[in-house]
Amino acid sequence: MRLASAGPVAAAAAALVAAAALPAFADGYWLSIAVTVMMYAALATSWALFSGPTRYVALSTGAFYGIGGYAVGLGMSDYDLSFWSMALTAPLIATALAALIGLATLRLSGVYFVIFTLGLSEMVRNLVSWVQNNFLGSRGLYVLTDFEEKHIYWMLLAVTAAVLVFGWRLGRSRLGFALRILGDDEEVARHVGVDTARAKILLFMSTGFVAALVGAITAPRYYYIEPNVVFSPELSFLVVIMALLGGAGRLWGPLLGVVPFTLLWEAVTVSFPSAATMALGAAFLAIVYLIPDGVTGLVERIAARRRA
Amino acid sequence: MDIVISGLLLGGAYALIAMGLTLQYGVARIMNLANGEALVLGALAAFWLYTMQGVSPLATVLLIAPLAFAGSWAVYRALLLPLVRRARDRGRLEVDSILATFGMSFFLVGAMTAIHGEYFTYSFLAEPVRLLGATLALNRVVAFAAAALIGAALWLWLERSRTGMAVRAVAVNPEAAGLVGVDVERASALAFALGGAVTAAGGALVSTFVTLDASVGVLFTMKALIIVIMGGVGDIRGAVLAALILGLVETGVAVLVDPGLTLAAAYLIFLAVLLFRPQGLFGRAGA
Repeated sequence: MRLASAGPVAAAAAALVAAAALPAFADGYWLSIAVTVMMYAALATSWALFSGPTRYVALSTGAFYGIGGYAVGLGMSDYDLSFWSMALTAPLIATALAALIGLATLRLSGVYFVIFTLGLSEMVRNLVSWVQNNFLGSRGLYVLTDFEEKHIYWMLLAVTAAVLVFGWRLGRSRLGFALRILGDDEEVARHVGVDTARAKILLFMSTGFVAALVGAITAPRYYYIEPNVVFSPELSFLVVIMALLGGAGRLWGPLLGVVPFTLLWEAVTVSFPSAATMALGAAFLAIVYLIPDGVTGLVERIAARRRA
Repeated sequence: MDIVISGLLLGGAYALIAMGLTLQYGVARIMNLANGEALVLGALAAFWLYTMQGVSPLATVLLIAPLAFAGSWAVYRALLLPLVRRARDRGRLEVDSILATFGMSFFLVGAMTAIHGEYFTYSFLAEPVRLLGATLALNRVVAFAAAALIGAALWLWLERSRTGMAVRAVAVNPEAAGLVGVDVERASALAFALGGAVTAAGGALVSTFVTLDASVGVLFTMKALIIVIMGGVGDIRGAVLAALILGLVETGVAVLVDPGLTLAAAYLIFLAVLLFRPQGLFGRAGA
């Protein structure tokens, strides 16, 4: 994705303006779908920045997202802090946690990292519930703001745009180059002097930051925050599916997966709620067996065959 | 003392489940994240047969083990072997098998929820016995004894039989095993199927003293993974010791602090293992 000409920049800017104008045309149901799409767009794009090149399936999104939402609820409800100060603090907490997890697991084989993140959101939820019940009193936490859906939408759009710009800059930076080598062959990367653990930990921290920020921004949608609501392991899996469906190897890939899958998932959970878990399983299997490189990979393969 | 004995008994059941996973990951190289669902399937079968037909869960073990063996064999042949063959390297296979078994895991959870969406509650041998000065439920003791029996049989088979040796050879080095005439794909399928059978049997046993439901599989997968890593991948001895440690620590935390923190306790152990002994309890560094 080399931006040699002004064309792609103009296209991206036009897409941004179009996306920002959406609340003028959509309201109610469709705006709420758009908020969900934008939320997953930010989460999946940021997820792919780390998991795309390293191919480590991170299942920590739900945990960081929950930390964001819970921190906002706790700060606003119990300590009378403003939404903004908590929305700034929560991502820093998540980034610190991501650094610790990264230090413990990312220096070892990738499988340990996947396993560690698998139960993470459940474990953090247990811990938070325990702390809340024993030390904070089991009152619920309320997030009362003046935000409407469209404000949340714009904030999420800004985050998504920022993640895309970050990803684009990263692709042209030393760290991004190091990650690409690392993704091809970790052994080679180490031999040419890449500090592989450092590169992985830094990128993982960035996904933790974004997930918590998104969790904080969407917290006003819940009004009432409870650990069981914000720490959802399902969220982690949905983000993985969407990113892989679009293709985690390209910056724009996850966006291509987010839009169709959010609509599909919305339809499934509304019409056939009891089949949702099975549908999630079927989606994973379909991606592994039918489109292992996502939609972008499929398109590229077809294009390559045309040329040949 | 109560804590120590019940912890060890719980660890016995964990050991069986972890043995199943270590066979699947250590030999067949499949990181099976649907392992917990095989356990829940065993539990569901035990619950179903006991409440409907009055079949003893111990008899269900004998029934479910061959069924799970056949089912796991078919899954390996039909779904996982294509991934093994298409994988360019072990890293790629790991990602593919993780995602594919996630899919199977969710699929099974959905299917089992559709069959029975509530808790698998039943009461089997729920009477107190006194053992080494501790008062215990008889079902825990029986489940532990059955788990120990199955585990010992499995270990003997691996150590003494010719096929067991082939399986161990694949665990050490698949390429070298192939060079000395071991049918690697067959040994892998066998190990994977055996792992599924052992796990499902463990599920039937666990269901006699733990109330499960269709969605708890992932917690058991998580614990089995922690045990396997703590014991050293492919190391049965290590897995047994690690399972007993996890059983002890979990029971201790549940009794002394809060039952809601058992997963956090398991994570603490996991973290300690990753920081201090990532090669496993008996493993040598760099091995």
